[in-house]
Amino acid sequence: MPDVTYVQPDGSRQTIGAATGMSVMQAALAHDVAGIIGECGGSAMCATCHVHVDESQLGRLDAVEPVEEAMLGSTAAPRQPNSRLGCQIILTEALHGLIVGIPEKQT
Amino acid sequence: MSTAQLVREAPVSDIDPWSDDFLADPFPYYRHLRAAGRVVKLARYGIWSVAHYDEARTVLTDHGLFCSSGGAGLANFHKEKPWRPPSLILEADPPLHTRTRAVLTRILSPASLKALRTRFEVEADRMVEPLVARGVADLIADLADPYPLKVFPDALGLAADGRDKLRLYGDMVFAGLGPKNAAYDAAMAFAPQVLPYIRDKCSRAALAPDGLGADIYRAADAGELTEEEADMLVRSFLSAGVDTTVNGIGQALHCLARHPEQWRLLADDPSLARAAFDETLRYDSSAPFVFRTTTRDTVLCDVEIPQHEKVLVLLNSANRDPARWEDPDTFDIRRKSIGHLGFGVGIHGCVGQMVARLEAESVLAALARRVETIEIVGDVRRRPSSGLRGIASLPVRLTPKRR
Repeated sequence: MPDVTYVQPDGSRQTIGAATGMSVMQAALAHDVAGIIGECGGSAMCATCHVHVDESQLGRLDAVEPVEEAMLGSTAAPRQPNSRLGCQIILTEALHGLIVGIPEKQT
Repeated sequence: MSTAQLVREAPVSDIDPWSDDFLADPFPYYRHLRAAGRVVKLARYGIWSVAHYDEARTVLTDHGLFCSSGGAGLANFHKEKPWRPPSLILEADPPLHTRTRAVLTRILSPASLKALRTRFEVEADRMVEPLVARGVADLIADLADPYPLKVFPDALGLAADGRDKLRLYGDMVFAGLGPKNAAYDAAMAFAPQVLPYIRDKCSRAALAPDGLGADIYRAADAGELTEEEADMLVRSFLSAGVDTTVNGIGQALHCLARHPEQWRLLADDPSLARAAFDETLRYDSSAPFVFRTTTRDTVLCDVEIPQHEKVLVLLNSANRDPARWEDPDTFDIRRKSIGHLGFGVGIHGCVGQMVARLEAESVLAALARRVETIEIVGDVRRRPSSGLRGIASLPVRLTPKRR
């Protein structure tokens, strides 16, 4: 059960134990983490699961694929160098301890 | 999957998902299939079916094992020739699919669609106002059919003439997902008049320069697609983006008319329009199933499935799975419907879903702002189709809100 920590815009933090194979978006929804919508359910079509990955951890993630790249142009809060879509980050033991910031807005 | 796993025979069912009884009311059959097992073989067609949420999601997201290039419908492209060239998006696998999907994702992304919202809302108001003034309407013939058939081809940049053929094309596409029966033959009989129209109107020269279709050809100019691929993807807009939305909006109106307490919630708060549409797709999506094809011998839930076999993913059954949904047979527009499979999910999740939501939200909100109650006043007729759920007629009385 990899731990993932969500940091709200006000700095408050919530750490949850996610089931392996879940995405950062799914884990947030399963634990009622505020600020993650995931309207499309995980098809990289809505850009409402935008997160900012802790910069020191970016290297642990797979590279951004072309479809995610296309959708990162649609985030409601401005895209940052560490912006990712939560639905495209699949949680494994290797990502235990991942920290993601939630942007000010998703729509 | 380990070969050391305990493998057992799959339960076998004689249920026919294209029988008249099944098409009229599939939900008792879905319950039966869910009770029969996690993977059930359908003897009549020699195919495998998954009816639970977890297995449906597994099959849809494991695109390496359960591929799309074997065909989105019953036909097995490993064994028979498709009636049309396989779609470059719906019936393609990575890496080809990744390239076409990235282009479509960009063109149909929320950022690209911002420009369409006002046009969609203005047209919704224009169509809804006279219906409310009249007080009686057929919400299918007067709204669910004409609205998407106006705004979506306009957004695409399709020429105004000959659009009556779009529905005939949709009939062919969705009959083409089912067995080669009388309905299939009847739909395909229109091919000689429909296919030349589709080919001509999707060409670069025939499309308006400022529409979504022209955006596709611009991707070809940029070297992201070949000219032929661009042409085929524009046609995919018409096969995948018209009938699904027409019937999805029809399903939403039918659900809301049948559940007056839900209409009251929406009329009180029209901002629930988008949620009402997603709950409709969970409750009874216009796209009830899709097929995948095994790329190799595999074991799913202890059942051995050989290579190149068709797997029927029963989306509308997964969306009623009591293991995933509380009170699954209750239509509730306030429920958290995110995660429903009405648009599929994963790399093949509906690429036009944000357009569909925008259309449905615009038209449902336009109605909800003006109408206090909807009362069904005549026979509701189902639309016969092997591949889509939808209704042909929804006669209602509309009571306007007091100003």
